[in-house]
Amino acid sequence: MVSTTQSELDPKLAVYDQVLAARKPWAQVVKKGQTLRIVDLGGNQAVDFLVYNADDPSERYSAPDTIRMQGNIFITTGTKLYSNDGNALMTVVKDTCGKHDTSGGACSCESNSVRFGLDKKWQHACVENFLYALKDYGMGKRDMTSNINFFMNVPVSKDGTLEIVDGISDPGSIVDLYAEMNALVVISNCPQMNNPCNAYNPTPIQLLIWDAL
Amino acid sequence: MSTAQTTEHSLEIDPTLILWDEIIPGGAYWSRVIQRGTTLRIVDLEGSRGLSMLCYNADNGVERYNAADTAKIQFNAFLKKGMVLYSDMGRVLFSLTEDTCGHHDTLAGCSNVATNAAKYGDDSRNSRDNFLLALTKRNMGKKDIMPNLNLFSQVAIEPDGSMTWVEGASQAGCFVDLRAEMNVLAILSNCPHVLDPVTAYDPKPIRVVVWKSPAPGADDLCRTASPEAIRGFQNTDALFI
Repeated sequence: MVSTTQSELDPKLAVYDQVLAARKPWAQVVKKGQTLRIVDLGGNQAVDFLVYNADDPSERYSAPDTIRMQGNIFITTGTKLYSNDGNALMTVVKDTCGKHDTSGGACSCESNSVRFGLDKKWQHACVENFLYALKDYGMGKRDMTSNINFFMNVPVSKDGTLEIVDGISDPGSIVDLYAEMNALVVISNCPQMNNPCNAYNPTPIQLLIWDAL
Repeated sequence: MSTAQTTEHSLEIDPTLILWDEIIPGGAYWSRVIQRGTTLRIVDLEGSRGLSMLCYNADNGVERYNAADTAKIQFNAFLKKGMVLYSDMGRVLFSLTEDTCGHHDTLAGCSNVATNAAKYGDDSRNSRDNFLLALTKRNMGKKDIMPNLNLFSQVAIEPDGSMTWVEGASQAGCFVDLRAEMNVLAILSNCPHVLDPVTAYDPKPIRVVVWKSPAPGADDLCRTASPEAIRGFQNTDALFI
């Protein structure tokens, strides 16, 4: 569907290469010029993603500005992840899945209680992961904003109807993100079991970082 | 009160129920805490081409209007009568109890210095700066600006994800009634929608009326709209026990 616009990155040359277990949080500064790769090892695994200017985290990913700048609600190859200050934080330089969501937000204990049942508020959720990761950087709830959901399929109809449906991400799907500035990336490997965003089976993902070419 | 040349759609408010009544000039911002159980009526007096809005739990400012939860829980990115504005804590900020416009956008964000310079060629007032000013006066700031709601604005999404402006949503006299389900800090910025293509900057006045609306009945449209709504209201009412 979409193809890479740069030569293939060799995993053997990555300066970082780790598997992130299912349901876990992750945060790392990806330096300007580095490339971060997220691999959907099992297929149809939602990866909730936030990114900040590492040198001034009050500058952060803005979903509305990003979709407005490209005139399209889906994240794919070529999408620039814009900040609330109008700067590109990262650029999607490769995407083998086809499209990613930035309208559905992160699952939370609180929204789970509304969506799926009051007793569901005790289940683990992405907002918990985000808060857990952010606290190590002295950040908290005020720093959270609308996020990207890589590998999550949320079609939106002309009249605004939307729903999280079966994913379109095959095992091994890849998205590569080039850091346009020093970028603090925060990830939640989504634990949601109440809708199809993880195919009812949260699975590990792989994260790799390469230095500037 | 309303100016002579404007009209409002029907559904008059009994004047004895009016708590606050004010006109917001084009380009200006406004904020007020709307007490639980009262209703904020926002009237697009002359067809203002969009109005941007943020809101927060007035008793806990870190709980804020969440566009993604609002769309996801209600399976729609555009708000209509009978839907609600959710916070990020599984609670209802406002119920949309009346809506004579039918088109409100949760996706496109708001104007800023750069978008205004590109469209109007000058430093006309923009919503992002308006939000910052309003928030600063409440000891809040940049980190508290979340993706906003745009009232009286229609955006269409194509199957390939293209997002386009649809002309005509903003009609003189349209209004929405937002019934506060908790104490809500509401911030309005009366600047045109960021996707409005008109290059002449001329936002029109907006009227805001806060009024003592009747207590919701057992068959209230918003409170009974869906199983999700019922739970959202249970979470909200729990704050006030």
